[in-house]
Amino acid sequence: MNTLTEAFLQSFQLMITLDETLVEVVLLSLSVTFKAVSLACLIGLPLGTALAVLKFPGQKTLVVLFNSFMGLPPVVVGLVVYLILSANGPLGPLGLLYTPTAMIIAQTILVTPIIVAHSRQIIVLLAEEYDETLRSMQASRMDIMGTLLWDSRFSLFTTVLAGLGRAFSEVGAVMIVGGNINHFTRIMTTAIALQTSRGDLALALGLGIILLVLTISINALAYGLKTTWEKHSYA
Amino acid sequence: MPKAKILDLNDFSEQRKQQASIICSSLFFQRGKKKILSNISITIPKTGISVIMGPNGAGKSVLLRTIIGLLKPDSGHVILNPEFAGKTALVFQRPVLIRRTVYGNLHHALGIAGVPRRQRKSRIEELIAIGGLAGLENHPARSLSGGEQQRLQMVRTLSSNPKLILLDEPSASLDPQSTHAIEEIIKSTSDKNVKLVLVTHDIGQAKRLADDVTFIHKGKILEQNSSPDYFNSPSTPEVKSYLEGDLLV
Repeated sequence: MNTLTEAFLQSFQLMITLDETLVEVVLLSLSVTFKAVSLACLIGLPLGTALAVLKFPGQKTLVVLFNSFMGLPPVVVGLVVYLILSANGPLGPLGLLYTPTAMIIAQTILVTPIIVAHSRQIIVLLAEEYDETLRSMQASRMDIMGTLLWDSRFSLFTTVLAGLGRAFSEVGAVMIVGGNINHFTRIMTTAIALQTSRGDLALALGLGIILLVLTISINALAYGLKTTWEKHSYA
Repeated sequence: MPKAKILDLNDFSEQRKQQASIICSSLFFQRGKKKILSNISITIPKTGISVIMGPNGAGKSVLLRTIIGLLKPDSGHVILNPEFAGKTALVFQRPVLIRRTVYGNLHHALGIAGVPRRQRKSRIEELIAIGGLAGLENHPARSLSGGEQQRLQMVRTLSSNPKLILLDEPSASLDPQSTHAIEEIIKSTSDKNVKLVLVTHDIGQAKRLADDVTFIHKGKILEQNSSPDYFNSPSTPEVKSYLEGDLLV
């Protein structure tokens, strides 16, 4: 109990004094996560929309695959990305292994299926509603997809949040491809794992609290924004 | 959207070619065991307001959706006069407005119609005036009353400058004032040489608007006639009963 209390006190001290190591790890975590989720959205939102709107051979198979990939084991993704980026891998010459870029790639692979599957589910419902209207207006497929994406934007926010949650909490893949190198690829989750194994519970707990606070804050902020925007929306 | 077959004029007589906007040839449409359209062959004139009447479930809306290509018939053809190809629009009984303002809905429709961005504002102002929607530009479209929503749908349809508009009971379940507003838009649109095909089972509305009337019952065409002849001397007992207010079952 004493150890736990002490760890809590020390962790709050680290946070209040804006400990340099702590800040560095938090900033890198935010950077990697936001970049990965942005990339996943750039890929996943149009893909999810296309899967909702277009009919083509193999479409249902793709839907099943993306739904299944939502549960991709992070360590397996980490391993695959590691093999691709390692010196003997196809992208080895790029020298990306053990860099934040490698971590972004791994997280993007993990988050993209979540964005694709959730966005398809949301857009397919709106597509049913708009279908006859847009077709009678002789809208092109691009027009239809653009309209659906824009008009689903508030619902898609939840999808992005799900992606953020996945990326924030991820540890296995980024540990493998990032290497958890101090001052370079160490992020909150990998640092927590490391400090806990070392017995430095104060820093681990401090990071854990920050991770929780950040996750809750981002969700609260997103919820607030969504609610405000919806008030001014036209649903 | 599946395109209607464009009129192959050589297949038809000279008179029919010149007078037709739409030719439906032996249309069949079935859902399960229910025959919804049963050998529908009809030539819809090129000008004026053509009204399609009939009791509920007669197949009127299915015919309209088949004509515009939203539904594919099991057999038969819908043949569109080339003058109207790509210049058709459909007004639904229940408007589906997109989740934007009145202005946003019209802006979106003009975008799809390919109207350059810089021309859209003035065109929207014109459409707002036609629909009597002034002052509602920034209102969420879905918060408008039923009549306002239908007027918005009507003017949204006009945004693409269609030459042929199909209307599926546009004033069903609207109050008389809203119905009057819709009919005024229909008349003014027809005055601009736009061909209109109106589905309704409102006998009064058909009398007020129709140049010619087609009567459908149980998926079959029972009568097609000029408006005065249809109302004054119906040629089938079913139409006569319908016009007298009897229930057709």
